[in-house]
Amino acid sequence: MDRAAIIGVGMTKIEANKSRETFADMAWEAVNKALNDAGMTINDIDNVVTTSSDFWDGRTISCMAVGDASGAAEKNLSCVEGDGTFGAFYGYTRALSGSYKTTLVTGHSKGSQCISSLITNSAFDPIYERGLGMDMITACAMQANAYMDRTGLKPEDTAQVSVKNHGNALKNPLAQLPMNISVEDVLKSEMIADPLRKLDCSPVSDGCCAIIIANESVAAKFKRKPVWVKGLSFCTDSFFFGDRDLARSNALAQAAGNAYRMAGIKDPKKEIDLVELYDAFTYQELLWLEEMGLAEYGKAANSLKKGEYNLDGRLPVNPSGGLLAGHPVIAAGLYRIAEVVLQLRGEAGEHQVGKAKTGLAHGVNGLCGQSHCVWILDQEK
Amino acid sequence: MAKRVAIVGTGQTYHKSHRPDVNGQELINEAVQRALADAELAIKDIDAILIGNMDHFEGINYVDCWSVDGAGGVMKPVIKITTGGTTGASLAIGGYHMVASGMFQKVLIIGWEKNSESDTTGAITTAFDPVWDRQVFAGAISGLAAEAQAYMARYGASDRDGARVSVRDRKHATNNPYAQLRKEVSLEDVLASPMLADPIHLLDVCPRSDGACAVIMANEDVAGRICPVPDWIWGTSAHNTQAMIGDVDWGRLKSMEQCATEIFKKAGIKEPRKELSVIEMYQPYSFAGLIWIEDMGIVGHGEAPRYIWDGNTDMGGELPVNPSGGVISCNPIGATGLIRCAEAAMQVMGKAEGRQVPDVKFAVSTGFGGCMWTNMLLHGKKKPN
Repeated sequence: MDRAAIIGVGMTKIEANKSRETFADMAWEAVNKALNDAGMTINDIDNVVTTSSDFWDGRTISCMAVGDASGAAEKNLSCVEGDGTFGAFYGYTRALSGSYKTTLVTGHSKGSQCISSLITNSAFDPIYERGLGMDMITACAMQANAYMDRTGLKPEDTAQVSVKNHGNALKNPLAQLPMNISVEDVLKSEMIADPLRKLDCSPVSDGCCAIIIANESVAAKFKRKPVWVKGLSFCTDSFFFGDRDLARSNALAQAAGNAYRMAGIKDPKKEIDLVELYDAFTYQELLWLEEMGLAEYGKAANSLKKGEYNLDGRLPVNPSGGLLAGHPVIAAGLYRIAEVVLQLRGEAGEHQVGKAKTGLAHGVNGLCGQSHCVWILDQEK
Repeated sequence: MAKRVAIVGTGQTYHKSHRPDVNGQELINEAVQRALADAELAIKDIDAILIGNMDHFEGINYVDCWSVDGAGGVMKPVIKITTGGTTGASLAIGGYHMVASGMFQKVLIIGWEKNSESDTTGAITTAFDPVWDRQVFAGAISGLAAEAQAYMARYGASDRDGARVSVRDRKHATNNPYAQLRKEVSLEDVLASPMLADPIHLLDVCPRSDGACAVIMANEDVAGRICPVPDWIWGTSAHNTQAMIGDVDWGRLKSMEQCATEIFKKAGIKEPRKELSVIEMYQPYSFAGLIWIEDMGIVGHGEAPRYIWDGNTDMGGELPVNPSGGVISCNPIGATGLIRCAEAAMQVMGKAEGRQVPDVKFAVSTGFGGCMWTNMLLHGKKKPN
């Protein structure tokens, strides 16, 4: 198998409402930033994968809205629906299949134009579940309860995630919600769905991210030092909650295990230097870290309390501020990859972490983390 | 090093206008079980699953996650590709790259649609730009009618030429037990059927169907062991030419020309008319059967009507097109492109039964959809170099 690297990234600022910009305007900005970052022109790109959702975009064939702005005219194009980490996975295989050398991957969404509860309600089974009025937030509240019941964690434990990530966002100029808050602020914020309060939830956001993936045969030809894809895996759990252990995530444990194996990582706790993960809700950061094998089950909150996941901690988690500081659905996982790339290049600016040789980026599809995608990125081939 | 890729098994449902007896997952499962049986594999042998449909037809969000019980995807990598009418063919191309990359040895590809649950035209209309295009361009048929009118004006073709293509595909469909519409029609029947969008009559155009298709692709290390005559994928291509309606060169399908040029060059095919044995074309209405074989380079511009009237694309002709009866006989949209791929594979593998074209060396399958998008795969009996 050939190897591939990420050689350019571009992100728009994440904002609550980019009312002056269409999907294409956002894609245009992110794509041009990625091309400039890589020192490439669109002529150096030989195929394009866009990531979008007909549901979140309110458009059938939603990729049509960004194809031109992503430079896909005259080029081979496809579209993955789901989180950006999955779109990037397909882009990665296209850079390795012998057909292409450089894949441009984009992911966009405008939460400002969405009614999130209706869109996520339609992810439930139409006959047995939808009529109950479930949506992403109520479902994740159930998962939070299951997780906290199993581990004995309290709302003040999970609230620390919000404090840390909104605090990290103060140092990230692209973040939507930089905030200096305390655990008390989180616990006093409006109750959305017990036990999730407003500051436990990621915001509604607009944004677009683009990355460029290159086959090893051309990766060194351009401006940036390549960041290598060492491990990559994804896995899907059962659909019905009754078939799953909601307090755990077997799919993430399997995806992470496979990604570590592919990357030759034996002890992820020692070998992973930073993590950008899909913290749509505070409890998820802890649960996901544990299922990735980066903390014992139920113990991530202790490490968090000790400051181990802070920017200057042993294992910085979401130094960018994560989804809690800005959550453009679909694009969110692609932002995680782009952030890890910046960290491994030492170019993350004020939110740069110390040692950053190997990083993990993570994305989620479906309800309560039914499907996970794990990327291991590295400075070295 | 990239791996060579072959199709080692296919399966599809008996497509119907309405399948109230099954839900979506059960429909998917029928196709999956048939593909696994065809390849003599079990679901545990499958390394990853690629699934697609068009969201707004069934109104199910995150279909990749919802479908796992029917697809067999629990605790497997599952990913979704959606590109509109081209979805099925985009899935086939996706499966090719996932296997060729070396990441997976055996991939299950599923396209499906339960159109009976949809407002098809209402959903398609939302594909177009909400400010500039949507008010003047409803559904799929308006664009197709514009294309047919432009072609007729440019090359002097008539609605009888279109009807001749319809007669061909509907006759071919009688050989295909999976097709939804299996009834021979005459030229007069087509021309007397209700006018939907001038010049397209009811019998010129595709139905909407409930159905699913599954295809299993494997890499060169295992393909020969799974299947005595695998269908080797020689190349894939995808192009689209429209962002706004005004960008289209109406009467020509530039994306088809781009795909054909790219693939035939890669495979060293100089005279596709002579070197191809069969074409399974995503031809949503009869006039496309004229226009697009010209853009594919089978005959020159304006020459398709003569070529088709002479019977060259009929079963037994020089280059049979759509032995399955094609899209106008059956159209579960998210599966339609993948059915073309599966039918081409069956032709190469010698499994096409009553619709088998003799001695198939190379076959082409295509996909078509919104934004004048063409997908193409070249299938061959010989392993590619």
